[in-house]
Amino acid sequence: MTGVETTPDDRAADVEFELLLEAIWRRYSYDFRHYARASLRRRVTSAMRRLGVERMSLLQEALLRDVDLFTRLLTMLSVPVSDFFRDPAYFTALRQDVLPMLATYPSLKIWVAGCSTGEEVHSIAILLDELGLLDRALIYATDINPEALRTAEAGVYPQARVPGFTRNYQAAGGTRSLSDYYTAAYDRVVFDRRLRARVAFSDHSLATDAVFAEVQLVSCRNVLIYFDRVLQARAVQLFHDALVPRGFLGIGSRESLHGFATARSFEVVSREQRLYRRLA
Amino acid sequence: MNEALVDTLRLHPPSVIVIGASAGAVDALMQLLPPLPADLPVPVVVVVHVPADRRSALPQLFAQTSALTMCEAEDKMTLQPATVYFAPPDYHLLIEHDGTLALSVDEAVHYSRPSIDVLFESAAESRGDRVLGILLSGASRDGALGLASIREAGGHTWVQSPETAQVAVMPRAALELAPHVTLDPASMGRILADWGTRRG
Ligand SMILES: C[S@@+](CC[C@H](N)C(=O)[O-])C[C@H]1O[C@@H](n2cnc3c(N)ncnc32)[C@H](O)[C@@H]1O
Repeated sequence: MTGVETTPDDRAADVEFELLLEAIWRRYSYDFRHYARASLRRRVTSAMRRLGVERMSLLQEALLRDVDLFTRLLTMLSVPVSDFFRDPAYFTALRQDVLPMLATYPSLKIWVAGCSTGEEVHSIAILLDELGLLDRALIYATDINPEALRTAEAGVYPQARVPGFTRNYQAAGGTRSLSDYYTAAYDRVVFDRRLRARVAFSDHSLATDAVFAEVQLVSCRNVLIYFDRVLQARAVQLFHDALVPRGFLGIGSRESLHGFATARSFEVVSREQRLYRRLA
Repeated sequence: MNEALVDTLRLHPPSVIVIGASAGAVDALMQLLPPLPADLPVPVVVVVHVPADRRSALPQLFAQTSALTMCEAEDKMTLQPATVYFAPPDYHLLIEHDGTLALSVDEAVHYSRPSIDVLFESAAESRGDRVLGILLSGASRDGALGLASIREAGGHTWVQSPETAQVAVMPRAALELAPHVTLDPASMGRILADWGTRRG
């Protein structure tokens, strides 16, 4: 216990943290100022350990002049954790209830926001393929982590993860064998180029960028949890504006639209699977 | 001894209770949670290591024997007194400065997501010395560092006495790292019940 009365908010480390985010924003135009604090703080602290930096103010000083250091930090701050068919029931719902409704459009446009290393994109491409819709589809896959986007674009994953992918694929009601979609090469597997032929990967931030296309489905899972309420509201508004009337929105299994002004423009398709539909 | 602990809590009341448990969790929590009164003045946030692909049945399980409201944590929920929040399977659970909960799918810690360290460290970070951290039975080293950080911030730290734990690895790991109060879970429940009802 200390002699000086402090509240958690006025401690030096909090000030350093805020200045760091401000410096990143002003120097590199990446806006982490409205990210959920607790987990971002944890990632900054662990990045400092990996980079061998003692204090946040020293990290800030180094970052301002060292672009390469920022590039490395960026990949550590974003959370490129993903899985094939994560929460299989969500993908079952897409397969049964959402994608068939979109089959009536001459061309299907889907936005996977915060696509990370591409597992979700590949999962959706596989669903489209099995429904005979892949050739008519265009998927926009966006993220702020350039390294993750490169992995997504390559479609290469460690062999060791394949049993997990396969289990999820089957649990999600896959109609073939997942091995139909990849070739094994040493300790890795490469997913078919065909699955990515209709995918446009690009750098896009939900924090700072605008709507870039009109789509019939937005899938943005486990990205909103990293934002505070202000930034969440911005992202949900973007999704709304990108969607055609009656377009679908899917979010992570523990996320919700509850309490956002924009939520009034959506109806619930499946509460359990966190699927919503834009009102006309 | 227990009277003294009640006094310590009254002199220096926590604003949140955080609990971590792994193997042997249900047994320990079944002794700790039921005595807690319906007007417990603080929220209780719990991480139990559960398999990622299973829907958690913990809130329903404890609702039957407890006067407190039990729920599974969702992103941005505001913490309420007399409510127990369980971490959902496959998500880390953190406490924010503004009194809300946050989830993350960051890498597993000690092979666990949710991780006890992640919850405990966020509690120390956001609440400073106004935390009671409780580490129960388990076969992991998760929670040891987190409990030490709560202690360092000036919070209260209790560990299930190893001889009463179904699996003593986790309590022992915490006690090797830093000194903490050791108690059996039923006594923890009684002390908190005393504090919760005789406060002010
Ligand atoms: C945990 S991953 C989610 C991956 C995938 N959607 C899933 O559910 O498996 C979160 C992703 O959000 C990305 N992200 C973070 N901030 C972002 C922003 N402002 N705009 C777009 N993506 C962002 C991260 O780079 C990371 O790849």
